[in-house]
Amino acid sequence: MALTDGSLVSIKGFLRTLSPVDQVGADARAAMLATRSIKTASKRWAIDMAISMIDLTTLEGADTKGKVKAICNKAIRPDSTDSTVPHVGAICVYNDMVSVARKHLDASGGSQIPVAAVSTAFPSGRASLEVKERDTKDAIANGATEIDMVIDRGAFLSGDLEKVYSEIVYIKSLCEGKAHLKVILETGELVTYDNVRKASFLAMAAGADFIKTSTGKISPAATAPVVLVMLEAVRDYYQMTGQRIGVKPAGGIRTTKDAIKQLVLVKETAGEEWLNPELFRIGASALLNDLLLQRKKLTSGHYEGPNYVTLD
Amino acid sequence: MTFEYSSAPESKAIVKINSLYKLYIGGKFIAPKSGKSFITINPATEEVLAKVAYAEKSDVDRAVKAAQAGLKIWSKMAPAERGKYLYRIARIMQERAREFAVLETLDNGKPIRETRDVDIPLAAAHFFYHAGWADKLEHAGVGTNPKPYGVVGQIIPWNFPLLMLAWKIAPALATGNTVVLKPAETTPLTAMLFAEVCEQAELPAGVVNIVTGDGATGAAIVNHPDISKIAFTGSTDVGKLIARSVAGTGKGLTLELGGKGANIVFEDAPVDETVEGIVSGIFFNQGHVCCAGSRLLVQENIQEELLEKLKRRMALIRLGDPLDKNTDIGAINSREQLTKITELANSGDEEGALRFSTDCVIPSKGFWFAPTIFTGVTQAHRIATEEIFGPVLSVISFRTPQEAIEKANNTPYGLSAGIWTDKGSRILWTAKHLRAGVIWANTFNKFDPASPFGGYKESGWGREGGRHGLSAYLKGAK
Repeated sequence: MALTDGSLVSIKGFLRTLSPVDQVGADARAAMLATRSIKTASKRWAIDMAISMIDLTTLEGADTKGKVKAICNKAIRPDSTDSTVPHVGAICVYNDMVSVARKHLDASGGSQIPVAAVSTAFPSGRASLEVKERDTKDAIANGATEIDMVIDRGAFLSGDLEKVYSEIVYIKSLCEGKAHLKVILETGELVTYDNVRKASFLAMAAGADFIKTSTGKISPAATAPVVLVMLEAVRDYYQMTGQRIGVKPAGGIRTTKDAIKQLVLVKETAGEEWLNPELFRIGASALLNDLLLQRKKLTSGHYEGPNYVTLD
Repeated sequence: MTFEYSSAPESKAIVKINSLYKLYIGGKFIAPKSGKSFITINPATEEVLAKVAYAEKSDVDRAVKAAQAGLKIWSKMAPAERGKYLYRIARIMQERAREFAVLETLDNGKPIRETRDVDIPLAAAHFFYHAGWADKLEHAGVGTNPKPYGVVGQIIPWNFPLLMLAWKIAPALATGNTVVLKPAETTPLTAMLFAEVCEQAELPAGVVNIVTGDGATGAAIVNHPDISKIAFTGSTDVGKLIARSVAGTGKGLTLELGGKGANIVFEDAPVDETVEGIVSGIFFNQGHVCCAGSRLLVQENIQEELLEKLKRRMALIRLGDPLDKNTDIGAINSREQLTKITELANSGDEEGALRFSTDCVIPSKGFWFAPTIFTGVTQAHRIATEEIFGPVLSVISFRTPQEAIEKANNTPYGLSAGIWTDKGSRILWTAKHLRAGVIWANTFNKFDPASPFGGYKESGWGREGGRHGLSAYLKGAK
């Protein structure tokens, strides 16, 4: 079901039908859900689920083949001493590291782990559509099966919603049948929750398979109320269209506690159907080791130091 | 497998519960003259928590005498010194917050999340706020030389036991009065723990006196000739009796009574936050809230969408062990109250309204009522006009803002109301036309010691909290 035909009038008309978001109320709801106390068996389940949802990420200018191979190994066997630990959801790298990651995963028993590429002139999105097209095609050609594109925030904030929409539609057409499309809203630059809700619907209507909070390069990133608003958006979009769109918070989720709070948000907002790596991912790097330490603690009863999990 | 929350109970070990609580009179814990006592139970399990002394008229006499003696010290004390005692009480309440929270949850049945995050912090906040006023009363806008009433009699309800105690005692003490307070029969325990706090704070003897008992004990306070002011929070029926009793006696009187608050939702409301506000408006504290948003007035053109979201949200409400940190809705405070709620809800069925309840598992012991809404309710239904004081919401639709106002005001009560709209001008217009003492815009059930609270019409007389609340404890004040 098409919610808009892509023209500015139609997009604006569609977004106007959306309910506004009250910031104070959304903050309060997220704060209340953060008080959920997750212990014992439910904590164990949540830790393993969170591990399987991680898009293990390295997005540095200093990335090397060695670094990327190292995180691939970590992705396949997060804890080399415990084979019951699930593998992560995906590896997320820059365009030029896609083939390194893909080949290394395939060669090391990690062929089931997808490689996601950040694309479309990540993180700012400040490039022509031709450059964005090339960026995306390149990543897919090198084996990326997930494309994390950024929206044009400048266009969004200036009201050029047609441009934001048509870019997503175009990138989606390049991904069709080859890759999943995650659309990064960069909520830290959109600022208001009304904008987050509108951008979420715009991205979903344009064909996003996932909506993602942030690039990780802007603060604030995946705050709890922003994730709440996006989860409400995918829930409502499902009610409208029967189609489930995934959500990916990224940036600032570093501890087990943070990750479990995200899962609570999912459970009590979008619902249990979203509690799997097909519909919820967490973009993170340091988080994985904290999850592993907490996982060990549940078994051994004590919290080990950082030297008892591998660096990467 | 799904994400089920494992049980996460708060430990009971933090608080010591005595087997018998005596009366707190003149700074001492003393037995009632009759030697009688009654029991208080945990409404979530029906287990007996403790025996509590039963105060008769002669015990109330003793308490009033002690309060008169206390008044000699307290009213002559430098106001800043009074303030120091209030600050000390507030700090001790914060330090012992977990004890208070657990005890309140055990005795009342409300979830630990609410006692921990709402009742106890707000109770301490009331003491902090009023401590600051103690030496500034001449600047409170109530005249240049405000004077206390003297001995004040205070009777509080069971829905927010410690918080209502704080609402009563903090302003009374800050303004130089001494008090005789009676907690509710089913929830006396945190008041007795508060008496321990008074001891710990070395509050002069007789400034705070706490007598436990039932309606007869309350009547002895109301009719006592040496009490110069009565402050009561409870039902409108009892409030009317008290008003009759004190009429012509020259006693001061403030009453906080019932309500049938309208939560008004306009078509442009922020729907998800509104749903949260509706839930907090009627299911907070099991709906045992005088200012509950127990009537949902929703604009007809968004009713379907709103109710669908509300029902989905209601299915997430976690009913069960009040000590579990993840419990959202706890036990009904007493069998008597459960009977009343059940009877009124049944009248909704009989009169043709449509009931929707979540299918949560109801524990086998204790008093419970599943979160419930009635749709298709009109002004003629009992559930649209009578206060249910439980987790039952009546949904009524309207077509225009004018109609919303007419329906909202069409009640003998006038305590609270809520307005949900994205349009600022509509908030102001609606608030101006509503006859209710407390009006929330795009939120509900938010309390602050600086904000006066009280009702229009049969919802009460006078205000508590803020500058207005101070004037209720100062004689001759305007």
